[in-house]
Amino acid sequence: MAVLVVADHDNSAIVLITLNAVTAAVAISDDVHVLVAGDNAGAAAEAASKIAGVSKVVTADSPAYGHQLAEALAPLIIGLAGNYSHILFPSNTTGKNAAPRVAALLDVAQISDVVEIVSDDTFVRPIYAGNAMATVQSSDPVKVITVRGTAFGPAAAEGGSALVESIDSAGDPGLSSFVGHELTKSERPELTAARVIISGGRGMQSSENFEIIEKVADKLGAAVGASRAAVDAGYRPNDYQVGQTGKVVAPELYIAVGISGAIQHLAGMKDSKVIVAINKDEEAPIFTIADYGLVGDLFKLVPELDAELEKQDIKPR
Amino acid sequence: MKLLVAVKRVIDYNVKVRVKADQTGVETANVKMSMNPFDEIAIEEAVRLLEAGTATEVVAVSMGVQQCQETIRTALAMGADRGIHVKTDAELQPLAVAKLLAKIVEKEAPDVVILGKQAIDDDSNQTGQMLAGLLGWSQGTFASKIELADGGANVTREVDGGLETLAIKLPAIITTDLRLNEPRYASLPNIMKAKKKPIDEMSPEDLGVDVTPRLTTLKVTEPVKRDGGVKVENVAELVDKLKNEAGVI
Repeated sequence: MAVLVVADHDNSAIVLITLNAVTAAVAISDDVHVLVAGDNAGAAAEAASKIAGVSKVVTADSPAYGHQLAEALAPLIIGLAGNYSHILFPSNTTGKNAAPRVAALLDVAQISDVVEIVSDDTFVRPIYAGNAMATVQSSDPVKVITVRGTAFGPAAAEGGSALVESIDSAGDPGLSSFVGHELTKSERPELTAARVIISGGRGMQSSENFEIIEKVADKLGAAVGASRAAVDAGYRPNDYQVGQTGKVVAPELYIAVGISGAIQHLAGMKDSKVIVAINKDEEAPIFTIADYGLVGDLFKLVPELDAELEKQDIKPR
Repeated sequence: MKLLVAVKRVIDYNVKVRVKADQTGVETANVKMSMNPFDEIAIEEAVRLLEAGTATEVVAVSMGVQQCQETIRTALAMGADRGIHVKTDAELQPLAVAKLLAKIVEKEAPDVVILGKQAIDDDSNQTGQMLAGLLGWSQGTFASKIELADGGANVTREVDGGLETLAIKLPAIITTDLRLNEPRYASLPNIMKAKKKPIDEMSPEDLGVDVTPRLTTLKVTEPVKRDGGVKVENVAELVDKLKNEAGVI
């Protein structure tokens, strides 16, 4: 049976984590369909049709789907569910919002944050902030899953040539509507897709002090992240938060600056390939998982790092 | 306006969780238990609405073993008016909890149900959205700001790109994110007062809900352990290692 991936997109482009969900879908079935429900989302549907491994794109266009609201998406997906053995969502805020509503309406369990497909009914997922891994088996006829992006490589965005099929919208239940948003504007890479991340914690002491981190980020082509403590203190906006209940990242290089390393933070970054910790407290738990630890005053060391990268002419890859 | 708040008893967030040797789960014997931190935020928000006169009653619900009543008492000490305990020793998965809550919503007829966005034990992030689906209600998830008005609410949500504000119709489900508020500590007099507040006890059978788990946990294992590496002396050594040893810059 075919597997459906519910794409996250902004009507013009596919949100990258969707590609990771496609990889998970391909591990389950060789017939992978992608749903693009949007408002004038032809460009997003076309982009989806080029993803390698996708055999069909199903698209529904309606103003009701313009902001991917769960109340409108759920009835549309329920209408399609009979054709699929599995319905996969990327485990980002859009997917996490919609998937459980869909599962409840289908009277099935939802399996969150899957990191491994063991078989078509058995999956591995982290629990307790990743301090334990649960292998769970579903007895439901349809498996509704959210896919942790960092656990699956992205499918190639180009190379596929799926056919695109338009279906009717399921209408607007009229329960909720979009009012507005305040999106963080940045020229830097998106956190969950970045090759390098440099994050600041409570040790940064102020919003202004993040400037020293940003300078290093620009030299490395890195995204900037933050610990919960730094976000709670208002140093950075909420979408910078890396951790158990924020974003989960696994870059090639993660530099933690002034972050002590609470388990809730480690849960969001411990799968990074190389971890660097800069902290004045040599007993900080972050050092127990860091590949390279540098003990000292971050306000001296981070500018030094910036100068050294400059001196050695290190450029973003 | 009547508010219902769901609270879960979980292993305290400061406890270092250990996987059991027989791989059936994690060690819970002699481990400190507390209210799920996101549910504390949910109770705090409800109690603030009560204090502001927007809400007229706050009912706290918990489900599970006898000791869940301690969690309900905490909610009552923070300012909830009364409690409901759905008592069972059975494993309760999010779908079953959502079905039980839907039955309680039928009886209690709240205008808004507030839940934590996620419990820090199973990290599912499902129950609120499932309840909204079962009831056919609107959902304002991952809320960092709630403005209630007649018949509706504006909910500001923490999303991947920043913040998003939705207008939702009441009755509604709202789930809390970290920045919504800072929960209070219950004062000693309020803890004493909470002991006299009523808690209704019922069973899943009383509510007519089949709570049989849909997911079978085959095993629970330790994650791959990551060992610490080396301490470097200075920035030059760090850059050298990143460039020549790790090859990541």
